[in-house]
Amino acid sequence: MGTPHPGRRAVRFVAPMLAASLLTLTACGGGGSGTGTGGGQSTEKVKLSVGLFGDFGFKPLYEEFKKTHPNVEIEERQAAFADHHTNLAAHLATGAGAADVEAIEVGYISQFTSQPDKFTDLKQYGLDKRQGEYLDWKWQQGLAPNGALLGLGTDVGGLAMCYRTDLFEKAGLPGKRDEVSALWPTWEQYIETGRKFAAKAPKDAKFFDSPGEIFRAIIAQAPVGVYDAQDNIVVATNPDVKKAWDLSIQMIDAGLSAKIGAFTPEWNTGFAKGSFATVICPAWMTAYIQDQAKDSAGKWDIATVPGGAGNSGGSHLTVPKQSKHPKEAAELIEFLTSAQNQAAVFKAIGNFPSIPSLYDQPDIQNFTKDFFNDAPVGKIYSDAAKNLKPQHLGPREGDVRTAIGNGIGRVEQGKQSPDEAWAQVLKDLEAIK
Amino acid sequence: MATPPGGSVRTVTPSPGGPPAASHTPAPPKTAAGRRSRLHRLDRQASPYAYVAPFFLLFAAFGIFPLIYTAWVSLHDWNLLSSDNPFIGLDNYTALFADGYFWNAAFNTLSIGVLSAVPQLLLALVLAHLLNRPLRAQTLFRITLLLPNVTSVVAVVVIFSQLFGRDFGLINMVLDWLGFGRINWQAGVASSHVAIAVMIMWRWAGYNALIYLAAMQAVPKEIYEAATLDGASSFKQLWGITLPMIRPTVIFTVIVTTIGSMQIIAEPLLFGAQVSNGAAATGGTDRQFQTLALYLYEKGFRSFEFGYASAAAWMMFLLVVVVVGFNYLVVRRMRGGLDV
Repeated sequence: MGTPHPGRRAVRFVAPMLAASLLTLTACGGGGSGTGTGGGQSTEKVKLSVGLFGDFGFKPLYEEFKKTHPNVEIEERQAAFADHHTNLAAHLATGAGAADVEAIEVGYISQFTSQPDKFTDLKQYGLDKRQGEYLDWKWQQGLAPNGALLGLGTDVGGLAMCYRTDLFEKAGLPGKRDEVSALWPTWEQYIETGRKFAAKAPKDAKFFDSPGEIFRAIIAQAPVGVYDAQDNIVVATNPDVKKAWDLSIQMIDAGLSAKIGAFTPEWNTGFAKGSFATVICPAWMTAYIQDQAKDSAGKWDIATVPGGAGNSGGSHLTVPKQSKHPKEAAELIEFLTSAQNQAAVFKAIGNFPSIPSLYDQPDIQNFTKDFFNDAPVGKIYSDAAKNLKPQHLGPREGDVRTAIGNGIGRVEQGKQSPDEAWAQVLKDLEAIK
Repeated sequence: MATPPGGSVRTVTPSPGGPPAASHTPAPPKTAAGRRSRLHRLDRQASPYAYVAPFFLLFAAFGIFPLIYTAWVSLHDWNLLSSDNPFIGLDNYTALFADGYFWNAAFNTLSIGVLSAVPQLLLALVLAHLLNRPLRAQTLFRITLLLPNVTSVVAVVVIFSQLFGRDFGLINMVLDWLGFGRINWQAGVASSHVAIAVMIMWRWAGYNALIYLAAMQAVPKEIYEAATLDGASSFKQLWGITLPMIRPTVIFTVIVTTIGSMQIIAEPLLFGAQVSNGAAATGGTDRQFQTLALYLYEKGFRSFEFGYASAAAWMMFLLVVVVVGFNYLVVRRMRGGLDV
């Protein structure tokens, strides 16, 4: 009778403690990797996750891939642009949580490629054989300083200018895309055209959304941007940057801006309402406009961008080291970035291929989009991509652009004179090392 | 350890894992009864600790540890992406003291805090006072009070940002219609602070009102009856009776609201995202509504400077302690004025 008691008594106070420690254990475990499928045998079920920002048009391709890889299951995760890259950095820092395939946008790429030990060198899966297919500068962007191949390019963002034909015609300007392109070989002529537009345009329509994206475009056309090849910030000394700044200020002074920041809710509303007549549009933007301005199909068209070719945006696909299935992930990347599939993605959602041999193929050259008044988007973006000059992007590209963008914003909001704003930009940049 | 039978029991510590194992090792007691009473005593003394242990374990894992780890990180040049993080002592803190944007964020935090907390608590008090009277459908009104609080903060800010929109916003439309002209809410220091404060007020006033209401229900009804007989107005009763009687609750809400308003991040972040992509983390083009938490977020998760962000986090912690302490003293001093 006496013997069972100690045990039972012990249970009474051991149990809560056990429960407590279990609680903490599970709590910690929950924050960790979470999915541990374990075995890496190729015959076993393999679950691959793909981390993207926005829609890359990959979904139909996954099904294709599964035909050759019946053991692979693919799960796509999408996040907003900035959040995606923040999350990726956090996952790499903590060593857990990253997807097997992670997309990285060019604005962030050198920040990540400078940490080659966090990513799988895709050379070990033979992906370096793809080099010959790619635009050389695009290929270089995916390389680490030590030569490791960290990312394969998906698309490039050759620049063009989308515009509203109806608003142009109301303002007494030509509406046809070739005539519009002829209006603005240079940015100065673009501003001139803007003045003509403003003189006769409907009251609520401005010439462009805001100078932020235009500033980016002008920078993208320069041989050297905000960084030199040695990763020094050269905003203060590069005349091309100052010229882009001055042009942006001129545009503000001319009253051409609708003062609506890109990718904001007001911007989306602006597309639908026709608050602005022109907008910088890299290839990937066409899908975005189409999405936001569903009701204005046929009113939009695409002309060439003033000032010559430039690249804005585009992404790479990488495999973080923490992936449990790097081999399958590399195979998936090879598949998703193949020439054939890049062409398919372009036709589906508009992201323009980074493989130049495609550019002259008839199915790309003859590809048009009815939303944009049947604009020959294939030809427009091929021409833009063929004329691209590569530009080196630095490790803190995003921070530098934000500092300058905020400076332009201060001028536009009337809070500072252009000189004060520029001085503050340069001061802000000193803090970015 | 095992020699004095009674003593070993008393030295049991609340740390997990240790005591249960130790309880089996002491020298065997002489009789079953002795053993039972010893275990009984152990049970009485140790069990309470075991029952509160889960909280303290979780608190240690998710409260103390991050706090100390953050302090450790703040002494390093720690980039989220780089693999080597050299020790740099207090350099981050000296840089932070000289960092104008940090102090700008501190000012914004205090400004938004005052703009939101003071009207919010006054409003809550009045609401609670009104609800403390006999009303039809009392529960309905009380639930309605809490509704803004259970709404997702994202939804709140998105809706309010549209109301405060420059071109298509309802508030500007009304202002325009009344002849005041449109306000670019995000652009100015004062206007952006007011807009953010309104969002915070909308979300938290009802919550505080319910807390006040709970406290008011504990105030004896006889006092009010007596006051009514003496001809005291409703407002006078609120000021002269209710407020002094619920003073501990007022202190509690002031402290909780202060801590909350020192940590505001979601509202300015999402409010900034309505202007442009880049201005979200900087709290506007001129950081006019960047709060401390947002500045920390910008440094840590946009620029990936983890060490610097950690230093900012610790500075923020100290500032919260100072401001809360100050507010506590102020509210406590109010007693004198009220009791007379």
